[in-house]
Amino acid sequence: MDMLFTLDTGTGFWNPLLWVLGTAVAGVIAVFLYSLGERGYKKGTAQTEPFISGNPEPEKGLVHVRSGNLYWGFLDAMDGYYRRLVPLHTGDLDDYVLWYMGITALFFIVVVVFR
Amino acid sequence: MVLYNLPYVAVVVLTIIGLGTIVLKQNLIKIFLGIMILESAVNLFLVSLGYREGGIAPIYTNAPDRVMVLPTPQALTLTSIVIGVATTALLLSFAIIIWKKYGSIEIGFLRRLKE
Amino acid sequence: MIPAFVVENSPALMIIVPFVAAFIAPFAGRAKPAVRALVVGGAMAITSAITLLLASDVYAHGTRLYVFGAQAATLAVPQDSGGIPVRIMFTVDPMSALMLVITAIAAFAVVIYSLTSERHHSGLGSYYTLFLLMVTGILGMVATGDIFNFFVFLEILSIASAGLIAFRIDGGVAVEAAIKYFVLSTIGALAILVAIGIYYGEYNALNMALIAQRMQFTLLDQLALVLIIAALAMKCGAVPMHFWTPDAYSMAPSSITALLVVASQASLYGLFRTVFSLYNITLNAACVGWLIIILGVLSMVVGVTMAIPQKNVKRLMAYHAVSQTGYMLLGVGVGLAVLDNQPLLEAFGYMAMEGGIFHIINHAMYKGLLFLTAGAIFFRIGTYDLNKMGGLGHSMKWTMVFFIIGALAIAGIPPFNGFASKLMIYESVFVFNPVLSVIAMVVSILTLASFVKVFHSIFMGPVLPEYKDVREVPGPMLAGMGILALVVIVFGLFPSLVVETLVAPAAHALADQGMYIAAVIGGGA
Repeated sequence: MDMLFTLDTGTGFWNPLLWVLGTAVAGVIAVFLYSLGERGYKKGTAQTEPFISGNPEPEKGLVHVRSGNLYWGFLDAMDGYYRRLVPLHTGDLDDYVLWYMGITALFFIVVVVFR
Repeated sequence: MVLYNLPYVAVVVLTIIGLGTIVLKQNLIKIFLGIMILESAVNLFLVSLGYREGGIAPIYTNAPDRVMVLPTPQALTLTSIVIGVATTALLLSFAIIIWKKYGSIEIGFLRRLKE
Repeated sequence: MIPAFVVENSPALMIIVPFVAAFIAPFAGRAKPAVRALVVGGAMAITSAITLLLASDVYAHGTRLYVFGAQAATLAVPQDSGGIPVRIMFTVDPMSALMLVITAIAAFAVVIYSLTSERHHSGLGSYYTLFLLMVTGILGMVATGDIFNFFVFLEILSIASAGLIAFRIDGGVAVEAAIKYFVLSTIGALAILVAIGIYYGEYNALNMALIAQRMQFTLLDQLALVLIIAALAMKCGAVPMHFWTPDAYSMAPSSITALLVVASQASLYGLFRTVFSLYNITLNAACVGWLIIILGVLSMVVGVTMAIPQKNVKRLMAYHAVSQTGYMLLGVGVGLAVLDNQPLLEAFGYMAMEGGIFHIINHAMYKGLLFLTAGAIFFRIGTYDLNKMGGLGHSMKWTMVFFIIGALAIAGIPPFNGFASKLMIYESVFVFNPVLSVIAMVVSILTLASFVKVFHSIFMGPVLPEYKDVREVPGPMLAGMGILALVVIVFGLFPSLVVETLVAPAAHALADQGMYIAAVIGGGA
């Protein structure tokens, strides 16, 4: 039984069934807490509409945050890295072939020197 | 010595010409020609591996008692030539479509996919 | 129940069935598209069944030989040949069997999916011909024991893949991707052919086991090694030779992309087979091992960081495929780096290799699943552009569930299969070199971040007005995705079972060169 489910990773172990069990317990606790919550919620009333400082709610399509706006901060912070990395992907077949040939040559030098 | 290795010298020269054509030329058809030259270089390499000086064709029926050339590299070369034909045909048909759709077969125009 | 004939000849049958069906498919399509669907689906089901049968036989009884044209299928060395295996043969050891299992499952799921997803497209006769030839090529590559045969199957695979990448011409852009892929892979294949010529010239042999037995590691062998490593690393998309990967993966039809992932794993198999079975400890294991580790780390980091700003969902996933390949290179590279040091190999080398090999099978499953979900979304809304998507979770619930499963698996979130293999890689690599392990973990976090973004922009948010009529994809497409999702979950819940039965024998078969030689020539090296 234990052999079947516990993955020995050399320095540790991993048992997904224990993990699933733990998640289930946490889920039960979450549902319990949820059931203690506010009961005055009514669907379809003004209660459920978003409140944007009294302004009217914009079109649904405009609310969605599109993917181009996500992780702007990360990309901006890593700008120096991306400025060097992205231009390497030139889309030019000659560059692709040159990279491949260059790596072959580099490998050959390394393998011959360190044999 | 040099004469004996002449096929291998030719292989190296053809390889350099082929790779040079692939990397330096801008026209797709010329790049494909470079690939074909490279193929020929490899085929020549394979065939000259099996060559024995003064050898006869490796057919055993009623064969005189003399050195035979190796049949295996010839079989390999034949297979490689057939594969080369398929490769060339496919590449040239790609070139036709590119000419129709992009209006040019210069490699510099093949950069709609990048980054 | 299963006739003995099938079991005996399974290595040949698994090649013949898809190969013959490939050329029947266009004619069947002339009669009626349904007949073609039956032929293709039936042939693929039979192929998968035979392949799994062969794999289970190999796991039960050890390496299987299949010698073509011999009196007996296992007669590798005829009496009058002077101890040299002269015939073309298939050598299916546990590592090959693992790849066979991957191909069987993935290709079957893909065929079920594409019978529906491609229904409305033209030129389906040649589509399925090329598809089945691709399957033939992959199966042949991973099963063969003859290095020239490997080259032939590699070329079958390349030509079929190139044709399929260009299949939807798409204003010529798909053809551009196919040209980039095919020029590179032709040059790579020619490099491999030169290496094969070198082996033949030196050792008078094309059989991998015989070459391995006679291996001297001269300067020419080093040249051959480098030519093969570089070519196959390029074909599996290792950075910095990965540039063709996003182009080709994003322009191929989605079901083909899922199979291209398996194809690149087959190239990875060829790389590992060369390094471990052909050379093994004759080469400087630490040096070549570190080369592969560096390739792996570069692939992981560059792949994931390039994925984050992508706007095309399939390009993004393709960069993740590059990144995940890095994990496999890292795991197996660490195993290679300590190959000549038995205590270290026992301590963590085998574990790292098992992690890397386990990741191969996991990656083929969840990445295939993710590409299929991308295809399902394209099937309904007709775009891959992430900026144009949103709110699809309301209408495509099952696709969303499958996407979540795939995304969590690739990000290494428990209890899915990606976590198990990544954990094995982290822990064993940590003993070897902590820095590498930390890099691997950071890459995993970035992968999760990237897929959170994809998930948000495709499925979350209110129903967009332009997509309010979108429906769920048809049942067969869901079934194709479902098969892969099921494998992801099962492998995630029972990792130990999979590692013990499938992965560990494969890792040991790969590391033990003597066993490989002995299986063919007998007596051991």
